[in-house]
Amino acid sequence: MPANIRNRLLVIAGLVLVSVGPPPLNMLGLGLWPQEVTIRTRGADGRMRDTTVERVPIKQGLDLQGGIHLALEIDQSRGQVADPADALERALTVIRARIDEFGVAEPLVQRVGTSRIVVELPGLRDPARAKQIVQRSAFLEFRLTDMQNAFAAVLPQMDAALRRAGVRTTGAAAGGVSAVEQLLGGDTARGTDTTGADSLAAGGALTSLLYQGALPGEFLVPEEEFPRADSLIHLPEVRRLIPRGLELLWSAGPMSQGARSFYGLYAVDSRPMITGEQLSDAQAQLDPTFGQAVATFQLTRAGGRIFSRATGQHVNDYMAIVLDGRVQGRPPIIKGQIGQRGQIELGNASLQDAQDLALTLRAGALPAPLVIVEELTVGPSLGKDSIDKGKRAAIIGCLAIVLMVVAYYRFAGVLAVGALGFYVLFTLGGLALLDATLTLPGLAGFLLSVGMAVDANVLVFERIREEVDQGKTVHAAVDGGFQHAMPAIVDSNLTTVLTALFLFQFGTGPVKGFAITLIIGILASFLSAVFVTRTFFLLWLQRRRGLTELPI
Amino acid sequence: MFHLFKNAKYDFLGARRIAYAATVALFLPGFALLLVRGLNQSIEFTGGTLVQIQARNPAIAEAGIRDALNQAGLQGAEVQRFGAPDEYVVRARLTPDVVQSTESTQETAAAVDSALARAFGAGSYDISRREAVGPKVGGELRQKALMAILLSFGATLVYLWFRFEWRFGIAAIGATAHDILLTIAFISMMKLEVSLVVIAAILTIVGYSLNDTIVVFDRIRENLRKYKRQHMVELINLSLNETLPRTVMTGSTTLVATIVLLLVGSEVISGFAWVMTFGIVVGTFSSIFIASPILLAIERRWPGEDARGARALAPAREPAAPLGVPTP
Repeated sequence: MPANIRNRLLVIAGLVLVSVGPPPLNMLGLGLWPQEVTIRTRGADGRMRDTTVERVPIKQGLDLQGGIHLALEIDQSRGQVADPADALERALTVIRARIDEFGVAEPLVQRVGTSRIVVELPGLRDPARAKQIVQRSAFLEFRLTDMQNAFAAVLPQMDAALRRAGVRTTGAAAGGVSAVEQLLGGDTARGTDTTGADSLAAGGALTSLLYQGALPGEFLVPEEEFPRADSLIHLPEVRRLIPRGLELLWSAGPMSQGARSFYGLYAVDSRPMITGEQLSDAQAQLDPTFGQAVATFQLTRAGGRIFSRATGQHVNDYMAIVLDGRVQGRPPIIKGQIGQRGQIELGNASLQDAQDLALTLRAGALPAPLVIVEELTVGPSLGKDSIDKGKRAAIIGCLAIVLMVVAYYRFAGVLAVGALGFYVLFTLGGLALLDATLTLPGLAGFLLSVGMAVDANVLVFERIREEVDQGKTVHAAVDGGFQHAMPAIVDSNLTTVLTALFLFQFGTGPVKGFAITLIIGILASFLSAVFVTRTFFLLWLQRRRGLTELPI
Repeated sequence: MFHLFKNAKYDFLGARRIAYAATVALFLPGFALLLVRGLNQSIEFTGGTLVQIQARNPAIAEAGIRDALNQAGLQGAEVQRFGAPDEYVVRARLTPDVVQSTESTQETAAAVDSALARAFGAGSYDISRREAVGPKVGGELRQKALMAILLSFGATLVYLWFRFEWRFGIAAIGATAHDILLTIAFISMMKLEVSLVVIAAILTIVGYSLNDTIVVFDRIRENLRKYKRQHMVELINLSLNETLPRTVMTGSTTLVATIVLLLVGSEVISGFAWVMTFGIVVGTFSSIFIASPILLAIERRWPGEDARGARALAPAREPAAPLGVPTP
């Protein structure tokens, strides 16, 4: 065998090895050979578990395996964020940590452009829960309640201010009209008249909505009055009068007392005793006495020192546990110094909710609020359907093409089909090597590039036929055919790669997958049609030297 | 051994007027429809909400879904059967005059779910796909898609300019623009939904059509060097005939691939498959009947060196055209 054919065969063998070789032979450690992949998942008991599976390392896109895609941006609508770029970078780290804890197989968390984070969670089905995990700020604080009753003391002044501003109480006259509507109603003069009488009877616009709670700084608002009370305490007239060093916070949800349910309104210190930044661990548990879900936490050593000093100074005071600006449960009394450990009661929440909370606490708080700008969910059945049909289309399509080529070019067609086999190997190997994601349009792109891969062969074969018609010898015709077809093959492949590159640049998820499959496919088809097919021809001509007619 | 179009001598350039007429006949109604009802843009571009459901209960049908949505106050949502008989898609697009936030598109998705649950029972259907896209994302995407198409145009023009010369580049771009316009007309006639994936298909057609045109142009360039004294019309016809077997063979293998995709592939990909199938037919057509006549027209107006030599001489022999169409 001449040296050039041997070298060609060696190159082909090397390429195949890179594409499909088992790990010790395939130096890059990537390729089509099934490998052990570790997947972290959360078991039913809430513990993380590592499972290893053997499989071909080609990633499937969300549209094929189902899952949730979220795009998030920093939410600046409720106040400017000082350094959005930095906040986004830190948010990325936090979300990554949370998703790791959450236990999703092969998640994707990445920044896209300058202002967006894309989160892809394959296999997940519940978008509400995914959003909760990703979007929750998880900012934990412990704050003392208003032990001096400073807020209760200014309530009459607030009522008076509201009266001056023309806010009426909810009496029979104003019943059913929301606070906001009243405020925007504008009929101030008449409003002032009637309020005078009403508020005397009911004790003032704000006071009439509040019931004194059992704890210092605690007030209860009937659930149906919550929107009105909430809008009242946000009025500038009221805010101005809130005593310095205090803040008003709502309870996380309504609490039932007897037959009615109430929202808790808490006057708390504006300076937290300690925040979640000092947290070292958090776990979910079922409280053995009441069977309720709780999240227990542990502080860092330094945090523990600060916390025990602060709680030591405030024995017998009440301490609100504030998560994302809402008070969790009713503030417990501080019975003595609290060290590094504590727990958060979550009321009627399920164990899963407690687990999710513990997870977000562990991963840390988001540096700024995030808003979801895009949400896509693909169910697993749709993905499976897409794969099945895509595979079937790919197989039928490839078979039809093979039949056409062999029928038309006969023996040369068989050589081309052989090269096409290498083409498939190279393409899939390239996908694995680049760690690219196979998507549904990608599968379509693959099938399409099979059609196009044949093009290079067709160009060469037609040229060879022309050369034969011109009366050249078999050997010269094959050489001439490859040589003359080359410029056209190079030009056409390069222009297709050019357009695919632009697709890759602007596309998201599935379209990116399509573009990358197309690019790899074109490179692979170039290799297979030009190099592999030619080697086959050379080998075959070598074995039959006396050939005078070319079966093409 | 069978060998299609061996030594074919069709007068393609002579038939160019018929080809132009065919193009216009397809293009005009398509664009008239486009002006009347606009493009059917997907949620990705307009922003809005899409919920795809798979009914488990045969009683669920389009009309029932619409009623359930109307009762829940979700007027104006579009309900459509999608692929299989038990699958439906509910779409609520954002319209420019109703400014909505991103959260509201997600709330709409949840509202569709709860409206259906109330009407049919929670277990009687599965939600197989949910999309909620904010208005900002949609607008950005539209811009990016347009940019991608224009940039890829520019890049191929520059490439062809280098590899061939500007006459070829312009002719190839002209043929490609023709393909894109006809494809848009086709999309509007078929009422296909323009999604990201369909844009990807259009860009692929750009690639394919250029590919096809380049193979022909490559042959023209080669023949220009080979037969320096031949008339341009003859030379282009010769090149088209010489590359005809390849054009037909490659066109049919690729067409088979897309038709299989159309018949066997999933519903999600059907828009892509339709556009690709049409695009391959049009791309093949245009590289023969549009690109080459444009090249000829350019050569006549601004003759290149090779062509100038050819023009200076009268046709040396009878044109290759068997149809005997008079050559200018």
